[in-house]
Amino acid sequence: MSTASGISNLAQALRDQHADTTIHDRGDRLLIEASTDRLYDLAVALTSDHGCEFADLAIEQHAEQDAEEDTASFTARYFFYADTGVLVEIVTASTNAELPAISDRIHAADWHEREAEDMFGIHFTGHPFMGDFILHDTVWPENVAPMRRGFDHGERVSEKGLGEDWQPPRLIDEPGLFAFPVGPIWSDYAESGLWILETPGEHIHQAHTRLFYKFRGVQKIAEGQSTGQALLLAERFSGSSAFAHGLAYCQALEKLAGCEVPARAQMLRVIVAEFERIRYHAMTIAELAGSTGLAVGKARGQDIEETLLRLSGEVFSHRYLFGLIAPGGLAWAPDDEALARLDHGLQAAAEELEQLERLLTASSSFLDRIEEMGGLSTEDAVRYGTLGPVARAADRTLDLRVSLPYGIYDRLKVTVAHETEGDGYARMRVFFSEIRVSAALIRDLLSRLEDGPFAAPFEVVPGAALGWVEAPAGATFHWLRVDEAGLIARWQVAAPSFRNWHAFQQVFDGAAFQDFPIIMASYGLSVAENDR
Amino acid sequence: MANWVFHSLSRGIRTTRWPTDPETAAGVTPGRPRAGVGSAELAARCPTEALFPHDNGVGVDFGHCVHCQRCRHGDEALAWEQDFTWTSKPEQGREALPARFSRSIHVRYIDAGACGGCMGEIRLIDAPAYNMHRVGIFITATPRDADVLLVGGPVTEAMREPLRKAYEAMPEPKRVVAMGVCAINGGVFGTSFASAGGVAAEIPVDLVIPGCPPPPLAIIHALLAVTGRTEPAELVENP
Repeated sequence: MSTASGISNLAQALRDQHADTTIHDRGDRLLIEASTDRLYDLAVALTSDHGCEFADLAIEQHAEQDAEEDTASFTARYFFYADTGVLVEIVTASTNAELPAISDRIHAADWHEREAEDMFGIHFTGHPFMGDFILHDTVWPENVAPMRRGFDHGERVSEKGLGEDWQPPRLIDEPGLFAFPVGPIWSDYAESGLWILETPGEHIHQAHTRLFYKFRGVQKIAEGQSTGQALLLAERFSGSSAFAHGLAYCQALEKLAGCEVPARAQMLRVIVAEFERIRYHAMTIAELAGSTGLAVGKARGQDIEETLLRLSGEVFSHRYLFGLIAPGGLAWAPDDEALARLDHGLQAAAEELEQLERLLTASSSFLDRIEEMGGLSTEDAVRYGTLGPVARAADRTLDLRVSLPYGIYDRLKVTVAHETEGDGYARMRVFFSEIRVSAALIRDLLSRLEDGPFAAPFEVVPGAALGWVEAPAGATFHWLRVDEAGLIARWQVAAPSFRNWHAFQQVFDGAAFQDFPIIMASYGLSVAENDR
Repeated sequence: MANWVFHSLSRGIRTTRWPTDPETAAGVTPGRPRAGVGSAELAARCPTEALFPHDNGVGVDFGHCVHCQRCRHGDEALAWEQDFTWTSKPEQGREALPARFSRSIHVRYIDAGACGGCMGEIRLIDAPAYNMHRVGIFITATPRDADVLLVGGPVTEAMREPLRKAYEAMPEPKRVVAMGVCAINGGVFGTSFASAGGVAAEIPVDLVIPGCPPPPLAIIHALLAVTGRTEPAELVENP
């Protein structure tokens, strides 16, 4: 089904069901204007009856408003997509800083609502768990809403918080059970975050995830910056998938400007994005081997990762691909000789990875630690709206390169990795399988790279648009509003790690303490990407 | 049964010989712009104010350079050098640790809001290509065993206290290394309601490693400088 007919079919079906809402067919998306009363039914209809996925929630405070309590009014945009390539946007207005929670039926929206509550001070009626989330109660005073317009992002708020000691949540009441904190500073080079394990001493009965120790307020500090300045933030809030986030950001800008990215630039973008995916997965595999104590496997994985980083530094001038993406195409492009070196180097690395996979899958002591460990059920994978390799290892084949193609992906053959068990071993097979697919895509494009410019002229145009990319960890959505002066007025980033960390506490069935770092490594998630 | 031993031995030695011999392999560093001839317009192209106009051309403040490459391409461009010995000593930095530490220092890394870039590079100082143990660098899990605190990230609001506690838990003598532009002055995150704008806002800093992110060899260079085995470089360069 083509996107256009998909949109009109869905529009018709929704008009039949919800005669009292205004539904516009905007060509690239279906725009639904709904009152807050209708929001819940519409959202549930989209996900339950029409197979749509929840993508993102973007809140905007009305421009003329100050930070007055309760009287502030907001526009809320709920984005959904169907794997027929249809994007749906529900727009609703709230005049009393209240919105109905949709997360009791659409659990994927749970953390998005909690984020909006913390950042904008919006109350979600019917939501059971608010409070300590992004703004920790130990650090931030009550009633701080940093994303409100009146909030000065240059000012430090307070260093005392609520003045109370924070108590870890406890779910299980059992004799001898205690809460074991892991973090925020832990392990050798682990990212900061807190995991509280409820345990009688060995087995993990329940885990709680407390993140946002690394909250840098990226979405707030970008406001008022030029688009070129904010691009630096887009690349650097999650450096391990810098190109993917930079690309999603640039695609939103290009949509606003109606900018056609030239064919060569489109092809180069796919080459770089898939290269980043290979490097990201190679790092995850090395960490996974290391987490099980297989030092020699970790060393081999790191050796490949370092080879790829050097290749990246040699061909793209930066080991983490900073400074390459730009609105309109690329900021600059490597010459043909450099691309030939990329082709050669990547083939060698792909062979190394094949060999590493053979060695790992023939090491029973290693497999014993990841098989049937950290299992995410398909039911939970769907309920939590998990994304990326984590979802694809749990029988949920969702990939924006196929379901909502961007750039030239609709003309490429992307085989979506698919495993069903949802355990650590399934995830590792997904990582290896995606590496193969990405390497084949790069080889194919390098062999038929079109001539032409690496960028089109680009000018900033005001307005609001959504850009999206299948980042290495899963789908990412960047919603941007650019004001009349060409500056960022609002930027909402939905990151795959944000969604997947939400489900992380569900996977400790049967796990003991020593499994914890292994399960975490097998997820390949970034805390920096989540915390923003 | 996987024959790891055979496969690993057949690959030979993969480790750099730096600092005994120079390391010139392509891609070990993102490189950095060097001060040189250039106009005020070229300096203005820098989005982080790392470049500044000077009577003789354009100067560079490495403490602000995030390798955005905007001064590297285009009509007028600065020459980039593929070096990595960037570590610098701020004015208030303490002297190097005594000689008895020079073959064995224990480092506690703290993520105070680092993005995946610094996280990726710090993990790799332990990789076969760099092998920190050969130069007497060890990572420890607890600050109570640490001689050096290596801190990445702009220091987020929620990491201020854990960072301070970790520093206070370290035995004397101790040194602090701020890793990456974010840890020096907040980098692209600056100073804000959520970011302290660098490690020095919370604890004393003895050495800084410019770079976004500093590559593994730049980190090792810094850890050698902690014990006086290498000399720190200048943070600001005039043409």
